[in-house]
Amino acid sequence: MYKIARENLPALYRALAAERELYLPVRKSGQVNFAAWDEGFSEEDLLFGLAALKTVKSPKDVFFPQSETLYTCKKDGRKLTIEPEALKAQDFVVFGMRACDVQGLKVLDKVFLSEPIDTFYAARREHGTIVAIGCKEPETSCFCSVFGTDCTEPAADVAAWLTDDFLYWKPLTEKGEALTGQLKQKGPFARTSEADETQVESEKAVTRRIVERLPYSQLSLDGWDGDATDEKFGDALWEELYKPCLACGTCTFVCPTCQCYDIKDYDTGHGVQRYRCWDSCMYSDFTMMAAANNRTSQMQRFRQRFMHKLVYFPANNDGMYSCVGCGRCVDKCPSSLNIVKVIKAFAAKAEAVRGGEN
Amino acid sequence: MQELIRETKPSASSQALVHRACELLSDGTVARVLGWKKGDLPYNPEPAFFDSAEALSSFTYDAFCGANLSKYMIEASRLEGKTLVFLKPCDTYSFNQLIKEHRVDREKAYIVGIGCTGKLSGEKIHALGIKAVEAIEGAEDGMLCEGQESASGKTRAAEEAAAAAEIVAPADPDAVLTIQTLYGEKTCAYDEVMLERCHVCKGKEHKIYDELLGQSRETKNADRFAEVERIEAMSPQERFAFFQSELSKCIRCNACRNVCPACSCRKCVFDSNKFDSSQKANVDSFEEKMFHIIRAFHVAGRCTDCGECSRVCPQGIPLHLFNRKFIKDIDTFYGEFQAGEDAETKGPLTSFTLDDAEPGIAEGR
Repeated sequence: MYKIARENLPALYRALAAERELYLPVRKSGQVNFAAWDEGFSEEDLLFGLAALKTVKSPKDVFFPQSETLYTCKKDGRKLTIEPEALKAQDFVVFGMRACDVQGLKVLDKVFLSEPIDTFYAARREHGTIVAIGCKEPETSCFCSVFGTDCTEPAADVAAWLTDDFLYWKPLTEKGEALTGQLKQKGPFARTSEADETQVESEKAVTRRIVERLPYSQLSLDGWDGDATDEKFGDALWEELYKPCLACGTCTFVCPTCQCYDIKDYDTGHGVQRYRCWDSCMYSDFTMMAAANNRTSQMQRFRQRFMHKLVYFPANNDGMYSCVGCGRCVDKCPSSLNIVKVIKAFAAKAEAVRGGEN
Repeated sequence: MQELIRETKPSASSQALVHRACELLSDGTVARVLGWKKGDLPYNPEPAFFDSAEALSSFTYDAFCGANLSKYMIEASRLEGKTLVFLKPCDTYSFNQLIKEHRVDREKAYIVGIGCTGKLSGEKIHALGIKAVEAIEGAEDGMLCEGQESASGKTRAAEEAAAAAEIVAPADPDAVLTIQTLYGEKTCAYDEVMLERCHVCKGKEHKIYDELLGQSRETKNADRFAEVERIEAMSPQERFAFFQSELSKCIRCNACRNVCPACSCRKCVFDSNKFDSSQKANVDSFEEKMFHIIRAFHVAGRCTDCGECSRVCPQGIPLHLFNRKFIKDIDTFYGEFQAGEDAETKGPLTSFTLDDAEPGIAEGR
């Protein structure tokens, strides 16, 4: 493990940016999101970004951009050319992801790296190195522990921890070692002592104790698995739960695992750019097909999102849920709806039914 | 601590509204109640329909019930029987506007106008660095309800409440929230975490109601158009840079549009796949130059400045500023006009008179 003095963080960023493209959390117009490094970022905005536990949008769009061109058709007289968009070829670093976001990528990997492999995503995964920071002071809406994630031990290429004085840095994979090797020569890296390790471990222990006491940490996923379709799909509870839903796409767009997209054509006047952009199962035309739309009510759309995360995805991916408990949807839903409330509502109903039987 | 939240007794505000709702349900005046349901965190109640006294046990009216319920009445107008809807003073402007646009059925609504002490923002509390919140003290009541307990009997209760209504208590600059968190007890001023719209409150008078309950507290302590004036004073370049930096954050989630009571088109032009206007891709230039500006034009003269767009924006974009600029200009060109003030008056942009300002007037400014 290595350590970098806090005051040397700007130097670390510059060293990273000199080696690779760099994406990191930064405050812009009051909100923290991941952005490509810019010399113009103020130290204050970078510090604020680093301290923020959750970016508004998850970092998934570094790997799966909200909008990207796939290929371009050009018409030149009677000649038609088709040019596929180039795949990512430069190495890059994503600095400052969190354990839940890393888990989110594992969910996306299941989708995009299974046959047929999504070459755009695969190229970005291949060239990306992830430095993730262990969480300190988790927040009200965090519930990654429910899905088995330890927020103090991000399973990235490099795991890092922040204390009052240092950023601790521990490469975990070959990619992480390679990045560390490059940086060590020019970056402000120092070897850690046993005392350092003790301090990091004790801070992790404090965080873990806090995690146990978070309001959502005791959430039970009982009854939610790949076999629950028959039991859950037709439940009358959905009719009640969906009602306040505004049918906006906030939950899906801040989510680190929502991966549905639409493919559309942009008419450039002398050709077509075929692009894909994130879509939302909350939107009315999401399942629009040539014949008709098979989801005609907001109840069905609302149900789909939670069934996908908690039933269909685990059914197709060895039990892996496609919610990672980052809590962004909990924080951002305009109507204060969220996956936790859905899980709790089903649990309460099951409890009432059990009570009635006794 | 979770137990502690659950065991908390309903506040006086919640009790008063539930009491009245039960009366109106049981005497058959209404078939259902539209209000707010307790959240699972101390600051996240959600809009909800209730159809029985039993269901109302999860009802709440606290300082976090900012959601404007008017728009839900579009759907409720299609249901059998009347819906009791609780409207805060500012929500009544939206309801009037929806009547004017034939989007809601007045006959299907039983409106209980309720007092308001200013609504709070969980985001603003978070922005103060207050996290891992377990309980919040000082936000239990959404209105002032002195004398509520003594009210008994339907007619008398209604009369008393109406008499007591529209009484506005002075602002309480000393009101404080005490917040229990896993990182210790924190405090913050009530005022400091209030929604922007409450600082520029249009007034505590309900513009439409069947009866009134509870009292309000004065919350206005800022000039409604100050921010618009600040932006007007910028150079065009500065102004463009300001809006570009704000709108670049847009993720095209459509929350602003979907929550907006003025956006009640059955099919939005941005959702129609028959035109090129259908646009899901989040492309900076589109959000900056098209989506929000077209939306602002479309709601101009109809926007009541309810502030829901800015309340729900996940990226904290001050969307209300566009609408407020239109309101300010309309006031200047056509005389003061407040959309939703009543359900009849034609809006200045939909009624032509020979004295109207010439279109070129804006250019000369």
